[in-house]
Amino acid sequence: MSEMTINLKIWRQKNAKAEGKFQDYKLNGVSEHMSFLEMLDVLNENLIKEGKDPVEFDYDCREGICGSCNLVINGRAHGPKHMTAACQLHMRNYSDGDTIVVEPPRAKAFPIVRDLVVDRSAFDRIIEAGGYVSVKTGAAPEANLIPVEKDTADEAFDYATCIGCGACVAACPNSSASLFTGAKLAHLNSLPQGKPERDKRSIAMVEQMEAEGFGDCSNHAECEAVCPVGISISAIAEMRRDYMKAMF
Amino acid sequence: MKLESNVPSGPLEEKWSRHLKDLKLVAPNNKRKYKVIVVGTGLAGASAASSLAELGYEVSTFCIQDSARRAHSIAAQGGINAAKNYPNDGDSVWRLFYDTIKGGDYRSREANVYRLAQNSNSIIDQAVAQGVPFAREYGGLLDNRSFGGAQVSRTFYARGQTGQQLLLGAYQSMMRQVHAGNIKNYPRHEMLDLVVIDGKARGIITRNLVDGSINRWQADAVVLCTGGYGNVFYLSTNAKNSNVTAAWRCHKRGAAFANPCMVQIHPTCIPVSGDYQSKLTLMSESLRNDGRVWVPRDPEDSRKPNDIPEEDRYYYLEEKYPSFGNLVPRDVASRNAKMVTDDGMGVGETGLAVYLDFRDAIKREGKEAIAAKYGNLFDMYQNITDDNPYETPMRIFPAVHYTMGGLWVDYNLMSNIPGLFVAGEANFSDHGANRLGASALMQGLSDGYFIVPYTIGNYLADVDLTKVTTEHDAFSEAASSSSETLDKLLSVNGDKTVVEFHRELGKIMWDKVGISRSKEGLEEAIEEIRALRDEFYENVRVPGDATYYNKYLEFAHRVADFFELAELMAVDALDRDESCGCHLREEYQTEEGEALRNDDEFSYVSAWEYGGVNGKLNTTLHKEPLEFEFVELKQRSYK
Repeated sequence: MSEMTINLKIWRQKNAKAEGKFQDYKLNGVSEHMSFLEMLDVLNENLIKEGKDPVEFDYDCREGICGSCNLVINGRAHGPKHMTAACQLHMRNYSDGDTIVVEPPRAKAFPIVRDLVVDRSAFDRIIEAGGYVSVKTGAAPEANLIPVEKDTADEAFDYATCIGCGACVAACPNSSASLFTGAKLAHLNSLPQGKPERDKRSIAMVEQMEAEGFGDCSNHAECEAVCPVGISISAIAEMRRDYMKAMF
Repeated sequence: MKLESNVPSGPLEEKWSRHLKDLKLVAPNNKRKYKVIVVGTGLAGASAASSLAELGYEVSTFCIQDSARRAHSIAAQGGINAAKNYPNDGDSVWRLFYDTIKGGDYRSREANVYRLAQNSNSIIDQAVAQGVPFAREYGGLLDNRSFGGAQVSRTFYARGQTGQQLLLGAYQSMMRQVHAGNIKNYPRHEMLDLVVIDGKARGIITRNLVDGSINRWQADAVVLCTGGYGNVFYLSTNAKNSNVTAAWRCHKRGAAFANPCMVQIHPTCIPVSGDYQSKLTLMSESLRNDGRVWVPRDPEDSRKPNDIPEEDRYYYLEEKYPSFGNLVPRDVASRNAKMVTDDGMGVGETGLAVYLDFRDAIKREGKEAIAAKYGNLFDMYQNITDDNPYETPMRIFPAVHYTMGGLWVDYNLMSNIPGLFVAGEANFSDHGANRLGASALMQGLSDGYFIVPYTIGNYLADVDLTKVTTEHDAFSEAASSSSETLDKLLSVNGDKTVVEFHRELGKIMWDKVGISRSKEGLEEAIEEIRALRDEFYENVRVPGDATYYNKYLEFAHRVADFFELAELMAVDALDRDESCGCHLREEYQTEEGEALRNDDEFSYVSAWEYGGVNGKLNTTLHKEPLEFEFVELKQRSYK
């Protein structure tokens, strides 16, 4: 098993108001089998032992499903590997002596909490505006009463897999949250359960997205390229269609 | 301490419906006068919060993640059980109940488990109505698959992401109530203490993880949905931030902790690769539907797996358990993996792995069909290990996955502290000594959607609550004790990091309080835990201070609680002089190496009362006898 030395340039910032800057670190003994976040763990252990402040970054499941991690690695959200969240990225994708730049996802709507940690509560507020089916507990009919065509169900599923990490926003030149918003709209609007509230939902979520300070979509498709679960940009086309239908 | 299970009388099938009839109600216009705090926003928390808010209570939710949607329920892969009997293969509420109570090796309450099976169908209805995209057949109706420990296909699934889809459904319902103004939602807030006034739960203390402030929150009832404590082992399949702190602080305030030694070790996880390892990744149990588990018969066999002919492969589960084969329950599969690796037959660099082989399934059904079922899991495996499971067998090994133990609750899911309700993995209630696959999601949602919303009303309708504010002495005392705990950890400034301590603690637990346990090993573990805990308070180094976002400070106080829990787990395992389910005491095995229960002496729930730590953990055992009226206790057999 080969061990590498990795040079890191990591964004350090004490809080939303403080000024941030890149700090250089050299890390020896990096195993190719480590995940990217385990590599940062090792860096932090070293920093703590040296009496320095560890680097704060968000993570939880480390299985690519919770959407907590959201590092921008060498300018790319979640790093170089297609359809892979940063927590599932392994150091075998790098070589001895590489320099890696690590930044938080940058967007006006995602203020920095500390170092690489940002506040993504804007996403919660977009869901809050209408990202649900209004059904009370206990009011549901028998599950098999409404058949759903397999193709429709599978397509809805593809959109429903969004993990809410915010990579799409970080990658977009306009910091648009259209892929995130479009994915939830496409999931719910396409299913029979979601149809009755389609118009109301489409307007409310799109307007909330704008109110949060996310930019407009201008079809760069960077979002689709970095999405760790491969949400298709056609979600945005569907969002526009549903929004226009609802408005007129 | 008095532990009344409050199980209603009457026939098993009617207990819950009769109880519902007897429960007292709070009038609609009075509900908004009651404040309910829900801690944790996983399946149990999000479903309880949304349901309570729909009913009209004033609800506040707290979670440690940056969004309620990220709770660890999201990582559940395989599925959720329900007794719909859509495949017409003879399933029923009774059969789901029976499989679950038998799977738990008869160490859970009959009435609770039966109610769980009864609620299972409503959960599927609810989730489908919310737009949860379960797998469907070409006719447009819902699809089912089989899962470990059952001989019927009753598992509903959403590819390998069932937990994510169910949680998003519950989270969206919750956000709908946030929008309606019925829920106030506080992410990045960690519960540090329970406030008990006049013997009743009246609020909580939290730390705002962003600015470090300690906050007080008053309520009329608290619902704890903070998950399990598998991370006491350091390496587990749990999310990195999963912890026992909220539950443990309730325990310190008087809530009994039940069956702490009952820990499920999941058989199909990706093996450990090095010291830097931070967590283990589960491969869904559904893989055992088509994958065949084997090791080389000859421990010296160093051939590549595909070069080993059929006669030299030991398909140990199929040989030992012909009727269940690779689908034996999790505890049986894990124990057998340990046995073959202990005998030197393990594979891979460390020898701590067995093969899970899809060669025959691919030959039978084609690569595409297998990819349709397990594609995302295969990709995940390949991404982590750099091996292609379509071409070479997966290497798997057991890992800590779920904790059946938790805070003690009665039939109403209320702890022995009135007003403190506990739901989901955080309570001990339904899985006994072993949980069957696809039943954690079922229990979290049954508790949250269909039990707590009713039983909380019954409590509030009847209880006499004095008016209190957060200025009450009990709030001040709890807030200052929370601050002191953090200051104490920050002031040590020793040489060893929190992670180093946690890893050492985890090793003691895995070696001596893990898959198999012995009297001697447990006694050693207790001594080692105490010594390491003393060292922790003398030599831990926690960076920074408590006034800002400081993840290593969070870890430090969680590990401090794990140190106390670890001792309790070993004490509980030592007390239980029998084997049952996941709790295998080496001294008590059948001739075939299966768990040998002792129903005459150990047919009880162990509920421990906290008595402080003074070098050793002081704790008192209370026993809730388990009575079985409706099932006959048998030696479990999956042969």
